[in-house]
Amino acid sequence: MFGLTKTDFNLLLIIAILVLLAPFLLNPFPEGSKLAQFNGGYPDLMQRFVIFGIFAIGFNILFGLTGYLSFGHAAFLGVGSYSAVWMFKLLSMNIIPAILLAVIVAGIFALVIGYVSLRRSGIYFSILTLAFAQMSFALAYSVLTPITGGETGLQLALDDPRVLGIQVTEQGNIPVPSLFGLEMRSSAELALGPWLFTFNVGYYVCALIMMASFYLAIRIFRSPFGMMLRAIKSNQQRLNYTGLNSRPYTLAAFVISGMYAGLAGGLMASMDPLAGAERMFWTASGEVVLMTILGGAGTLIGPVLGAGMIKYMENIISKINSAILHEWFYWLPAGLEDFMVAVVYPFIGKGWHLTLGIIFMAVVIFLPGGLVEGGQRLLNLIRRRKSSSAEPAKDNLTPPA
Amino acid sequence: MSMLDVRNVGKRFGGLQALSDVNLSIAENTVHAIIGPNGAGKSTLLNCFVGKLIPDTGSVMFDGQSVLGRSPHEINQLGISRVFQTPEIFGDLTIMENMMIPCFAKRDGSFELNALSAISRQKDIIEHAEVVLEDMNMADKRDLTAATMSRGDKRRLEIGMCLCQDPKLLLLDEPTAGMARADTNKTIDLLQEIRDKRKVTIAIIEHDMHVVFSLAERITVLAQGSPLVEDTPENIKGHPKVREAYLGESV
Repeated sequence: MFGLTKTDFNLLLIIAILVLLAPFLLNPFPEGSKLAQFNGGYPDLMQRFVIFGIFAIGFNILFGLTGYLSFGHAAFLGVGSYSAVWMFKLLSMNIIPAILLAVIVAGIFALVIGYVSLRRSGIYFSILTLAFAQMSFALAYSVLTPITGGETGLQLALDDPRVLGIQVTEQGNIPVPSLFGLEMRSSAELALGPWLFTFNVGYYVCALIMMASFYLAIRIFRSPFGMMLRAIKSNQQRLNYTGLNSRPYTLAAFVISGMYAGLAGGLMASMDPLAGAERMFWTASGEVVLMTILGGAGTLIGPVLGAGMIKYMENIISKINSAILHEWFYWLPAGLEDFMVAVVYPFIGKGWHLTLGIIFMAVVIFLPGGLVEGGQRLLNLIRRRKSSSAEPAKDNLTPPA
Repeated sequence: MSMLDVRNVGKRFGGLQALSDVNLSIAENTVHAIIGPNGAGKSTLLNCFVGKLIPDTGSVMFDGQSVLGRSPHEINQLGISRVFQTPEIFGDLTIMENMMIPCFAKRDGSFELNALSAISRQKDIIEHAEVVLEDMNMADKRDLTAATMSRGDKRRLEIGMCLCQDPKLLLLDEPTAGMARADTNKTIDLLQEIRDKRKVTIAIIEHDMHVVFSLAERITVLAQGSPLVEDTPENIKGHPKVREAYLGESV
């Protein structure tokens, strides 16, 4: 269906179900209970899940398929955000022109940076992209202040022209981003007993766009173009001596993944109409590399899982403080309680990076294929257990998801 | 008519004159071997044909066109396919995918942004690749990852990939280097079959005299960067200059 094989279609279906039911799935704990702090089903976080999912899907088209490790992809995200905010300032608060401009500008930006950076490969390519991204950050932070808002970032103002929309709402406020009147920030709440579920317009807009991006990524992975990209990763010399020019292939992959980043940036600005230079900082570029590797580079679903995991940890683990730890360990004898809290404390709150680092190391060492490999091993183990009672174990040959 | 015409080619690396005044003509539909002791400049010469090196002097004409200054993919599109000394294949891809890539290169040229059509819909490419797989006796292995194969099979695959493109000229750089005797004999059989059944000109660089004499119709002996003699295999065998170059005998 949709030009996909059965396996790929099922994968898309799983993603669709997970994404559409996310407000339920991410809020498994009743409101007011001790575990409610692990609920991730609030609009802001759910939007981040899917937006960074899009960012990582796009990054994976470059890194996962061609093996070219870009260390400056946040530049395209930032450029997308700035473009979208400018669209809100000049044209209207409708998110469609904003997102379109974000994708186009990021694509042009990627074309220029990619054209120069792809003259080199390996570490030199990574350094070139890093240099470009840091240059963009520095420019946005200082020299280009009239365009980017500099340190304070680019914000909407009451006197922005907005030629196709309204300048000021009836209450005298700045209007909010919307899709033909449907405000991104509006939510519906559903209370089922002690549980509370929030359905946010912005989240569902992002989710639908993410599903479309995921579908497009599957098509690219299964196309002759995708095969050429994998061939570049495998043996670029052979490809060139087989009459294929690897340069335009890598450049196309770079531009496509830059446009995905621009889309993510545009969506970010559509959810919260401001843009700052810190979105282009090198740590932001590093984050998407972590997401992709953590989930499984070169797999379809891996980057989405990686993005979800990192954003969940960033938001949930960083919220745990020492008072909560004391609550967890209250049943221990007094001295031991303090000891346990002292041991765990560096890994929570602001120390969430430490937890992430340890998980990342464990994944890279024990599961080089990322979380996807972990899932597959688990699945194989279960299947072997099941089949060992009935028939001799067969190695499962499902292609990587 | 000659397929490849090399005139006065010279190449210098620092203080080493790797090639000097090489003249060579490879006739259409023949198997032409280039032999010579280590350091004679065989590989340097071959690299000048495929765009990896540009000679300092002279010209290399292929099928009436100069190849100098063209990049490897352009030269391949003109009709020269190359087999490397150590098999160069797409190790992470399946054997079928390895075969399909040169078919795409043949059909679509050096770049095609074919990002939305499924590979499974490319019936003509699949058919073409399957025919060559069958010719190479590899149809049963089509879904294996290429890197898992034996050296002999990798070589077979690489030759098959070159044949997918129906090249006018097939360049083989020591196709049996580092192979066990059985694999070497299989490769010789394969190349003999290609020579007899397909219309393709073959240039082969080889150390192994057994391979050279079972395949070649013409032989050029290279020594210290210049051609020593060019003749039929029968005449080369007993040629005093060749024996001198190879065995250090003075005659």
